[in-house]
Amino acid sequence: MSDRLAVNKTYKQFIGGAFERSESGRSYPVVGAEDQLLAHAVQGSRKDVRDAVAAARSAQEGWAGRTAYNRGQILYRVAEVMESRRDEFCAEVLRAGEGCTEADASEETAAAIDRWVWYAGWADKFATVLGGANPVAGPYFNLSVPEPVGVVGMVAPDEPPLLPLVSRLAPVIVSGNTAVVLASERCPLAAVTLAETLALSDVPSGVVNILTGHQDELVPPLAGHVAVDSLDLTGCDAELAAEAARQAAATITRVVSASPAERQWAVEAAQSPYLIDAFCETKTVWHPKGR
Amino acid sequence: MTDLLAIETPTGAADAVAGVRITPVDAVGLEQRAAALCTRSIKTSSKAAALDLAIRVMDLTTLEGADTPERVEALCTRARHPDAVDWSVPSVAAVCVYPELVPVAAEALAHSAVAVASVAGGFPAGLAPLEARLAEVAWAVAAGADEVDIVLNRSAFLSGRYQKAYDEIAGAKQACGSAHLKVILETGELGSYDQIRRASMLAMVAGADFIKTSTGKIGTSATPAVALCMAEAIRDMAEQTGRSVGLKLAGGIRTAKQAWHYLVIVGETLGPGWLTPERFRLGASSLLNDVLMQRAKLRDGRYQRREDYSVD
Repeated sequence: MSDRLAVNKTYKQFIGGAFERSESGRSYPVVGAEDQLLAHAVQGSRKDVRDAVAAARSAQEGWAGRTAYNRGQILYRVAEVMESRRDEFCAEVLRAGEGCTEADASEETAAAIDRWVWYAGWADKFATVLGGANPVAGPYFNLSVPEPVGVVGMVAPDEPPLLPLVSRLAPVIVSGNTAVVLASERCPLAAVTLAETLALSDVPSGVVNILTGHQDELVPPLAGHVAVDSLDLTGCDAELAAEAARQAAATITRVVSASPAERQWAVEAAQSPYLIDAFCETKTVWHPKGR
Repeated sequence: MTDLLAIETPTGAADAVAGVRITPVDAVGLEQRAAALCTRSIKTSSKAAALDLAIRVMDLTTLEGADTPERVEALCTRARHPDAVDWSVPSVAAVCVYPELVPVAAEALAHSAVAVASVAGGFPAGLAPLEARLAEVAWAVAAGADEVDIVLNRSAFLSGRYQKAYDEIAGAKQACGSAHLKVILETGELGSYDQIRRASMLAMVAGADFIKTSTGKIGTSATPAVALCMAEAIRDMAEQTGRSVGLKLAGGIRTAKQAWHYLVIVGETLGPGWLTPERFRLGASSLLNDVLMQRAKLRDGRYQRREDYSVD
């Protein structure tokens, strides 16, 4: 019996619920902490950005229309499916991270899974905490309700590859937004594996779209896209973030970035209902009081 | 006229309509060529030209039971100036409506280059009594239609009563007078490319100024292979008789990309002489918005948002 040929995974982009190579047909090598070749990831193009935004746009209304309880169930399901593939996530985190030990990788993976559970719990509670009944000088009920902004374009932080991505993504989609995520350019593999778990977790197609490739090529079309309602530039370097913010301003797109405290990914401060609020718009409703 | 009967023989060799030969279609080759033409990449200035051409050959269509005069008026305004804020966008070729709304469209489009097209002749099935169908055609023309879209009698065609199908089209052509006659073949119901080519030939010799793919009322409509098949029939017709018949593709054309694929198919098959509103049309309702979005993308460098474009 000879040695088996290796069966390696093709790391593809996740657009509209399907795993696709780039429209451009390109790929780029992803190297690990010890400069070893890990895989070739898809090198996405601006047309992939366009397709992903279109998918996110058409999924948004339906996702926001789900009950909060149902969105919570689905986020919890993501945690369940990730748990069943924990070893794979650990291995990917380990290979990607410089100086990462097995214990670190295991801890990061566990924290990422727990983060989904944490935000799943918030699905049917954040509106109560962030909104509410306002006292007004008149015979009216005055209610403030947080509503999702719509399509959120996200640039995932570079390293470590998994926990920061989940920490930024979960609060975006829990309220009913859909997301177009540019995975970390240096370590995109865990993001693709995350996409595979999302595809199995009852997350509707198009709610999360994950692109891989070069930031300086993908960020400008994403930031300038008129159909993107908010941008999370946490993973952008300062120069690119400034350019993206300029693009975003022209179409009145809200720009968000993680604060230094939020970048302490492993600690409590990195998870907060106010992160959900950052991607919500408050709607205020007046209603006459009856007698 | 006797060789009209020749069409009833099932083999290609003796197949003919009123002296025009009908050769069999190589279905695999046809689909392959159509698919190859649809991979053509069109960039920058060519793309801009293709988008403008797509608008200039467009028959902006609304064929719904819920069409109101106001809706048709709004459509006519869009037809003249497709982009309210960018008047460099050319106007479309025609507005296509049901006969009852022809007077509304004719008034709204008076003193403009946009033509009024009307479906008629028992659209979409074409199975109303012949007198009623012909009367409908004549009524639409009298009401101000410059172009009339009738449907092929598929019931007669599919059961081999070619003479009847031919006579009905010829009758409609007469009822049209000076208006242009477009004959809808409803290719999705014809069953094979051979039948599509046969129906194309029959409609052309019967007097059609345009042959058109579909009503848009059934699931299967214009496809690249069907477009190529009909374009080849038109080319055959021109070669055999010297008559240039136009092609109208309709149904399921929603994206700018589809539109320029069809421009490529027609340009490659019939030549640039056919890439004008006189000989080529795209019937569509939602295509215009996508073309405008692509046009704005070329202009501003930003991908656009569908919500910023009009619903109708």
